[in-house]
Amino acid sequence: MLPRSADPAAGELKFRDPPTARALTGALARLLAQIGRAPVAVMHVCGSHEQAIAKFGLRAVFPRGLDVIMGPGCPVCVTDCPEVDEAVVLAGQGVRIATYGDMLRVPGTAKSLADAQAEGARVHVVYSVAQAAELARTTAEEVVFFATGFETTAVATAAVILRDPPGNFSVLSAHKYIPPVMEIVAEMPGTRVEGFLAAGHAATITGWGIFERFVDRHRIPVVVAGFEPLDILAGLVKLLEVIHDGRPRVENMYPRCVTRDGNRRAQEQLWKVFRPMGGRWRGIAHVPNGNLRLRDEWAHVDARRRFRIDVSGLWDEAPPSLAQHCICGDIMAGIASPTDCALYGKECIPDAPVGACMVSSEGTCKIWHQYGGHPDLRSVG
Amino acid sequence: MRTRGPLVDERVSMKHGAGGRAMRALIRQVFAEGFAQAPVDGIGLDAMDDGAALRLGDQWLVVTTDSHVVHPIFFPGGDIGRLAVAGTVNDLAMMGATEVLALTCAVILEEGFSRADLERVQKSIRDTCQEAGATIVTGDTKVMGKGELDGIVLNTTGIALTGRVVPDSGLLPGDRIIVTGTVGDHGFAILALRRGLELEGDLRSDVAPLNDLVRRALAAADGALSAMKDPTRGGLASALSEMAQKSGVGLILEEGKVPVRPVVRAAGELLGIDPLHVANEGKAVLGVRPEAAERVLAALRAHPQGREAEIVGTCIAEHAGSVILDTGVGRRLLSEPEGELLPRIC
Amino acid sequence: MCLGVPGKVLEVDGLVAVVDFWGLRRPILLDLADEPVQPGDYILNHVGFAIRRIPPEEVGQTLALYEQLLRETGDDIMAADVRGEIHATGGTGDASA
Repeated sequence: MLPRSADPAAGELKFRDPPTARALTGALARLLAQIGRAPVAVMHVCGSHEQAIAKFGLRAVFPRGLDVIMGPGCPVCVTDCPEVDEAVVLAGQGVRIATYGDMLRVPGTAKSLADAQAEGARVHVVYSVAQAAELARTTAEEVVFFATGFETTAVATAAVILRDPPGNFSVLSAHKYIPPVMEIVAEMPGTRVEGFLAAGHAATITGWGIFERFVDRHRIPVVVAGFEPLDILAGLVKLLEVIHDGRPRVENMYPRCVTRDGNRRAQEQLWKVFRPMGGRWRGIAHVPNGNLRLRDEWAHVDARRRFRIDVSGLWDEAPPSLAQHCICGDIMAGIASPTDCALYGKECIPDAPVGACMVSSEGTCKIWHQYGGHPDLRSVG
Repeated sequence: MRTRGPLVDERVSMKHGAGGRAMRALIRQVFAEGFAQAPVDGIGLDAMDDGAALRLGDQWLVVTTDSHVVHPIFFPGGDIGRLAVAGTVNDLAMMGATEVLALTCAVILEEGFSRADLERVQKSIRDTCQEAGATIVTGDTKVMGKGELDGIVLNTTGIALTGRVVPDSGLLPGDRIIVTGTVGDHGFAILALRRGLELEGDLRSDVAPLNDLVRRALAAADGALSAMKDPTRGGLASALSEMAQKSGVGLILEEGKVPVRPVVRAAGELLGIDPLHVANEGKAVLGVRPEAAERVLAALRAHPQGREAEIVGTCIAEHAGSVILDTGVGRRLLSEPEGELLPRIC
Repeated sequence: MCLGVPGKVLEVDGLVAVVDFWGLRRPILLDLADEPVQPGDYILNHVGFAIRRIPPEEVGQTLALYEQLLRETGDDIMAADVRGEIHATGGTGDASA
């Protein structure tokens, strides 16, 4: 299945080379033995890392004793109920909502955007924010882009806002910023996380320099890694190496995309449009500076200031009782895994999700379920 | 909030047509159990194979039926007419019946359907019949009012005789799995046409009748072909899952060996859809006894439709019912696609 | 949402590039690109925007980085055998298990 081409872009496929992968997993085992204790737990905070790990079946070849935990890296999953409620209320008011596909079925307090759509609201799935602006150009009606995603995706929203979108276009921002939540996880009592694998594409924007203060403060190493299998394996090898040598620092294992300073042009646009604000992440309570909201200069494209959004009506509908058993918050914090959840794979399945982790393509539960629910193959019958 | 019900809910939804678990549950719960089952000397509805096989003396009469609702009706590489004929010819071939006795073709048209389009479809049907050596001997025509049907629906039934039926449940540990060519072609070709995807590239359906190719494989196998299936809705993943479950064996699939056109692979990467989950309409999956694998492969590759055939996996006694994907850098379970990836694909 | 896929730039017209992803062409916006982008360059696409121009020499440098990593983490005979295998096959290896 690997195209054998002389094209340098095919060099990307060298990042799936089986002998190198075997060598790297061997190195993981050797380092773990040298560290001399088990389990050693490391955390990644990116849905795309979990997807790559699951898709390529890497958990089946990680050495026993290495726990690679997914933290709050699914932007859809951490979008809180009140934020979904705002979109649902707007949709119910006759405003056209455009959003990324994953957000459609995320449960709010009482219902999802898909439920609203079934009740007659106009909800459009787009694969790019630019497409949402295009939609606004084709109609006189109000179009609101329900903006979810971390900083890598927020820069695209910023770019579209700066491109002078049509007058009937506005943004309901539920964008999130990852570095603050790493602090929260590092400070959680009882956390066993000894190192972080940082998301390569977010770091393409922010640069790896922003992790230096985090490392100084918490004395936990951070390795920036890409998304090809070899990128992830090499990132983990480097992380174990740094854990072993006891000199916590930031290491960049994705130099083809990540530099110390990052993409200045994208950062300028991001901070020109957005400001960080404290807010709730679903299941993780308050994250200082974890939410991205539109600055006052952009009030005219801020759906929250353009429309009156009253979500209290939704709270009259009692939340579904199954939600009480949902442990998405713990799963996102890396304290529990999907198989710890009583509902996983039974009442909570992709067709009938109870929690956000089962809805999003980057949600831990959805990813595990998609790939058969037995990531390390130990319990396959 | 939607509550989780049994697999068959109060109302039929799109997932029930997706070719996967939900559809099989619907068939089992509503149809298979619903029809009073007179004992069939052969393979009947409860086997849910590609067709049925009824003993007729020392031969088997194989019967299959298909309805076609693909949208759009014309697509790169083919159209609904070609799909209708090839689909039925292939279902017969998958049971081991490669000499088509006869086909029927029923058509339901929406009022206002263009005469020119109808003639184009009819020509496709005729050309594909010729290619397969099949003849349409009877049919039916209905017209429904504007808006009561989307354009055109075709139903084809095929019958053929064979001395030996090849089920999809006959895999044995040690069998090698062969796929006759590249996967994902048909589904991605349809997807590329659906609005708003901005995909521009040479994605074309592989729709084609395979009875001649299968004939060669059967001859080369000389009795060593354990099982066969065509990977339509749900793709190679669904076909292999079903075969493994029905046969009670495990299956290791080597991802690196599965042939995929670079442009299909690119579409899959861009859209986050796995080519292993995407429909094919001109490919077959064969389970072959290990001693016969190389000669069957050679026979396939000698045929124009089988040039890219590959041995892609092996059956094992352990992990019965599961398909394990060897990604080259790791291993994981290969499950069937969730829900309706691509509606109205065939 | 398909994230972070690399592609090759075929044409550039102002802030819009036509980018090739293994035979599929797609328009990609250049508002966020960190450097000027020209036909022949490789870019990293995220939700329809180029977020990075990938310098061509970086691919080779990353592969060298992996080899160095392997050298650092162990010098037993096994690793040396595998490294030899990698060199012998020119780095592409074979998908056979």
